[in-house]
Amino acid sequence: MSNRYIFLYASAMVIIVALVLSGAATLLRPLQERNMRIEKMQNILSTINIPAPRGEAEELFDRYIIETKIVNYQGEEVEGDAFEVDLQDENRKDPSERDLPVFIAEVDGENYYIMPVRGGGLWGPIWGYISLESDLATIYGANFDHASETPGLGAEIADREFEEQFRGKRIFDEDSNFRSVRVVKGRAPEDDPHAVDGISGGTITSNGVQRMLRDGLGIYEPYFKKIRTS
Amino acid sequence: MSENNSMPKESLLSPRNKKLLTDPLGKDNPINVQVLGICSVLAITVQLRTSLVMAISVVAVMGFANVIISLLRSTIPPRIRIIVQLTVIASLVILVDQILKAFVYDISRQLSVFVGLIITNCIIMGRLEAFALNNKPWPSFLDGIGNAAGYGWVLLAVGFFREVFGSGTLMGYAVIPQFLYDIGYEDNGLMILPPMALITVGIIIWVQRYKDRRLIDIS
Repeated sequence: MSNRYIFLYASAMVIIVALVLSGAATLLRPLQERNMRIEKMQNILSTINIPAPRGEAEELFDRYIIETKIVNYQGEEVEGDAFEVDLQDENRKDPSERDLPVFIAEVDGENYYIMPVRGGGLWGPIWGYISLESDLATIYGANFDHASETPGLGAEIADREFEEQFRGKRIFDEDSNFRSVRVVKGRAPEDDPHAVDGISGGTITSNGVQRMLRDGLGIYEPYFKKIRTS
Repeated sequence: MSENNSMPKESLLSPRNKKLLTDPLGKDNPINVQVLGICSVLAITVQLRTSLVMAISVVAVMGFANVIISLLRSTIPPRIRIIVQLTVIASLVILVDQILKAFVYDISRQLSVFVGLIITNCIIMGRLEAFALNNKPWPSFLDGIGNAAGYGWVLLAVGFFREVFGSGTLMGYAVIPQFLYDIGYEDNGLMILPPMALITVGIIIWVQRYKDRRLIDIS
């Protein structure tokens, strides 16, 4: 078989494969996007301890999330749909231009503020949602996920056990200075309200979580102050 | 790989075709006898449900890949045949992945990277290279389905034991009665970890060889 034939064969094959795959991707996209929306709702609800099965996520989200808004870096409200904000795009912008989504939930008469965060782990992006109690300083729940952290090591940030540690930790100290929560290599001191245990063998991912919280929550500080004083 | 391609070419008799389908289930099993595709057996057999979806995915990919390669076999330039095989497998795997993401999203999250890794499952390329390139579509289809099913049943067997003894559930439903827990029974956490998958496969191989002495020392 001549080289010419081989080249033609390879080119034709590539074109056919490209057509088939892009066709399938386009056809299935609406279904996949709906699945991702539902997963986002499940993640947000899990930070306020509402287990949401796939089929009920949309209904539960509407029931518990009473308000969504976008704020800017000065804590002022801006127009837009908070649910549709993609942090990946926002994080590329200058902080002063970012849209910062806030989801406000009400469970049994208590209000919770849920903020999305996004950062980088070892191999790829990591992201999550943090819910704060109405004092806007105490963490009520956390939910993390990742694209490609090492299974068994960095990937454990998405485990319940790691997420549970954040409950009751405080991102502000007594004097209302922003302290965030550190993810400490080894064991965090028992009485330290601003630190949790890191993951053995997942130090770079743990550091990524720490940085993600510091940057991701820190930028909301003016908004928190504004709410607290009003 | 195996000696299947040395068989006479022309025969399309049903006993021979049946052998294509049934041999990989038992005495020519890709996992137990040829010891291929072990990696995914260790990784995704914690639950029966993921095992089932993986088994179905591999059956689909292998059935189609064998037929496609067999249909193209006289046109494929030998010098790029491996690339052609890989392209066919990779495209099918991407299709399967997209379909899983659209229809069974949770399971596709659990299988995560392993759906993509079907591409590297050596059973699939092994069958394309050893069988589909030299055989007609129908026998190739049977060979693909047979080998995938041989892979699949081992996956399901391992998934069954690991889920029952590791989590006390099957397909997510509790099967170990509560009174056993009350009198001190506990789920075995070790079953959830990959080493026990290897040991379970080892036990299956042991039982199989005990029953069929001819398999001893052939692989």
